[in-house]
Amino acid sequence: MTSSEQKSNTNWTILFIAWLMASTGTLGSLFFSEVMEFAPCTLCWYQRIFMYPLVITLGIGLFPLDKNAIRYSLPLAVAGWLFALYHNLLYSGIIPESLQPCRQGVSCTEKYIDLFGFLTIPMLSLILFTAITALLVILKRRLS
Amino acid sequence: MEKKIIFALSVISLVVLFVLASVYFEDQQTEKIESMAMVDTAVFDRGHSQWLGSEEAKVVITEFFDPGCETCRAFHPFLLKILSHYDGKTKLVKRYAPLHLGADKMVMILEASKQQGKYWETLDVMFESQQHWASHSNPQPENIWQFLPETGLDIDKLKADMSLPEIRGILQQDMMDAKTLNVRKTPQFFVNGRPLLEFGDRQLLQLIQSEIDKHYPNQNVN
Repeated sequence: MTSSEQKSNTNWTILFIAWLMASTGTLGSLFFSEVMEFAPCTLCWYQRIFMYPLVITLGIGLFPLDKNAIRYSLPLAVAGWLFALYHNLLYSGIIPESLQPCRQGVSCTEKYIDLFGFLTIPMLSLILFTAITALLVILKRRLS
Repeated sequence: MEKKIIFALSVISLVVLFVLASVYFEDQQTEKIESMAMVDTAVFDRGHSQWLGSEEAKVVITEFFDPGCETCRAFHPFLLKILSHYDGKTKLVKRYAPLHLGADKMVMILEASKQQGKYWETLDVMFESQQHWASHSNPQPENIWQFLPETGLDIDKLKADMSLPEIRGILQQDMMDAKTLNVRKTPQFFVNGRPLLEFGDRQLLQLIQSEIDKHYPNQNVN
């Protein structure tokens, strides 16, 4: 195997992992809303809007490996990351409750799950968006 | 080629994982509710609710409903048909899960109408006029007052009765039990404590029939 082939394989793997994360996030959020029947709040919807298309844009970029996929996916990942960050700040109370943009019905600060004391649903979202953004930035550097 | 296989396997495993997790979760929920049904049957019928059917019935259908819910309205006549079909063998317990905006007001009106012995008449009028007060985008619960005189209720007495402390108690107890039983949508049915997992009239009928068969064996119901 030549070194350029090896490099290309690593690049593919990075994009593949990013895709895997987006898919996990998508199915995970669907599990929460459709199976466990937690109603998604407004902020959750915005994060979904930016997470779901990543499954498609990253997936298409895998066959054949296409660096344009980064161009299309990175803005989505960054936008989703910003919403996730904002949501976590609200959730943890750093931004006061009165500023929250949620309407009556589902509160954005209602805690549905809390694993190990810190893994809440918005935290899972933030972790995934951070990881996907980081992987795409690394890949962008490697390809330029 | 190898990459395509990895990708395809990932897609398949994600989907399989999702389906397995869903099935597992549903099973857990059912088990939880069914084991609760054995320990604490009171959670399904506190004895304060209005009911229809037969007192001695061995098949008790608990319905959590919301007066503002369209599907609850649509289901009501169907439930009456079931009761008359299985006459003497079924009892329908009407319990509240007021999820719509302003629905708790409707529950208080219903409960207050009980004082005048006009519960079912009031429920009928409420369902008939539902579209005028229970719109999702613009709920106007105040509109119900235009329709209530049709029931023949003494409206002044009704208004006074709405503040009876026991009414608030019933509402709170029903909401608490709805939460315990994980009622997030209405109507939600439990037949002898067994939850209706997949919503639908046929499914409900099947669930009721299976309980009828269990408790009234060797009888042909037709």
